[in-house]
Amino acid sequence: MKILVCMKQVPQKDAPLKLNESGTWIREDVSYEVNEPDAYALEEALRQKEKHGGEVVVITAGPARAQQVLREALAKGADRAIHLEDAGFVGLDAFNTARAFAAAIKDQPFDLIFTGLQSDDYGFAQTGVILAELLGWPHATIIMQIEKKDSGIRVKRELEAGFFQYVDMPIPAVLTIQSGINKLRYATLIGIKQAKNKPMKKVTLAEAQSALAPNLQQIRRLYIPEKTKKTELLQGGAAEVAKKLVEKLRDEARVI
Amino acid sequence: MADTILVVVEQREGKLNRVSFETIAGAQAIAAETGWTLEAAVVGSGVGEIAKEVAGKKLAKVYEVESAKLEPYTPDGFVAALKQFVGQRQPRLVLMPHTYQVRDFAPQLATALGRTLVSDCIGVRKDGDGLLFTRQMFQGKFAADVALGGDPPYFATFQTGAFRADKAEAGASAAPVETVNVEIADGVIRTHPEAPFKEAKQAVDLTQADIIVAVGRGIKEQKNIDLAKQLADALGGELAASRPICDSGWLPMDRQIGSSGQTVAPKLYLALGISGAIQHIVGMKGSRTIVAVNKDAEAPIFEVADFGVVGNLFDIVPPLIEEVKKAKA
Repeated sequence: MKILVCMKQVPQKDAPLKLNESGTWIREDVSYEVNEPDAYALEEALRQKEKHGGEVVVITAGPARAQQVLREALAKGADRAIHLEDAGFVGLDAFNTARAFAAAIKDQPFDLIFTGLQSDDYGFAQTGVILAELLGWPHATIIMQIEKKDSGIRVKRELEAGFFQYVDMPIPAVLTIQSGINKLRYATLIGIKQAKNKPMKKVTLAEAQSALAPNLQQIRRLYIPEKTKKTELLQGGAAEVAKKLVEKLRDEARVI
Repeated sequence: MADTILVVVEQREGKLNRVSFETIAGAQAIAAETGWTLEAAVVGSGVGEIAKEVAGKKLAKVYEVESAKLEPYTPDGFVAALKQFVGQRQPRLVLMPHTYQVRDFAPQLATALGRTLVSDCIGVRKDGDGLLFTRQMFQGKFAADVALGGDPPYFATFQTGAFRADKAEAGASAAPVETVNVEIADGVIRTHPEAPFKEAKQAVDLTQADIIVAVGRGIKEQKNIDLAKQLADALGGELAASRPICDSGWLPMDRQIGSSGQTVAPKLYLALGISGAIQHIVGMKGSRTIVAVNKDAEAPIFEVADFGVVGNLFDIVPPLIEEVKKAKA
């Protein structure tokens, strides 16, 4: 199976984020990492390839720093990479990101496209589904298992409140992958070495431009949310805080 | 034609998802602000009872969008039905709850109509001639005001808990219900779902626990889980976790709190090293007292906490266990 994995670089989970001067985006001088569900999507693609043969291609959109995500993916076993390289890609809405990906893979036949179920930065949870519609392919979201069948695939969708569902569907198809679908692997030293010789195709913003339309969503202002609940912060040394907290739990919350 | 807001309520296996009333409450607020007409639609097969239930709310009209092919739910079926219905009705704004089902079909629907969907919103207000949507970004660390371009209809989904279901106003009399039959051609539906099921019988029912001690990424290693367990034992409570802990296999999946796990409302919820991504918050924010221990003062968990401790949980928890034991002795 030929599988494309859409990946994204996002700020590290516990990186302290600051607003830029215009209050429309974060300051970019933070540490980045791969969007967590995308790492699971890559792992699943590698496992499918190990079972059924084929090729795993990874794609991302973002400035030069985003190449790190692709390098890691190649080191883990992906065969080649496509980098839509420009800081301008970061500001695209989900519709345009999907358009840019669709244009970049035009005329390349894939059996499956995986995305993580959502990103840690925008959190749209839309790009994969939009990409499927643009390509005219069926899709399934929040996938926890994939099994190849003679006539397509059988996937396990996660539903809410602990429910699951099996869905049979034809390929080609787009699947959005849930974290925890598998156990992630580490890149090996030999993998890191081999990655250096694997193909990395660059696509510029100018080359993608003809596929894009004006963003239909525009962030007017980014800000720290106002607190809706009054939190009483307990301060002091650990022993003192522990004592205060137990008093609160006994006298105010009445749970001790 | 007057501007219309359409709420698409959610039904699953013929049952109304109560989160739909939150969407109606939010839609009523924006209808009051704009003066736009508010209508609702329920999509499915034989969902007349649900339409009637929804019609009890203050709405101008409720549509039952009907086809035998809409049961069971498939994204292709729902998109085909709503594409026809929304295309005919031309509402200005289409609102839905941000559920797993809506996430599955709504981006496809908006794309099929060449429109935009602003997902997971926590608010909406009038801004000149347009609307301004508020949504969380960066896992709840920031909020963004988002303006939409292009032509209506504009699609938006509301985060669970963004509005209160009990604030959905009832109508003076039941809203009229109209059945709209939609045609879905053979071959449109490409996926074939089976009936939903639960994995295994849940060994632990966290919804019955009065006290829950929950751990997140901040616990760092599997062996440290025992520290949280000792605190739970001292308090006489149950141990739970956020999703990443269960994904890593450090605790079984049946101890997961959040949108994909259990929803709980204990007397005390003590969150250790949990940042408070919205997927976790929706599962525990109804707790009577929430205590958060986290080293990051900006962590969204403090948004919902009654008592907060900014610090290293490995410093705080050992003396806390001792103090709890003392208080109980």
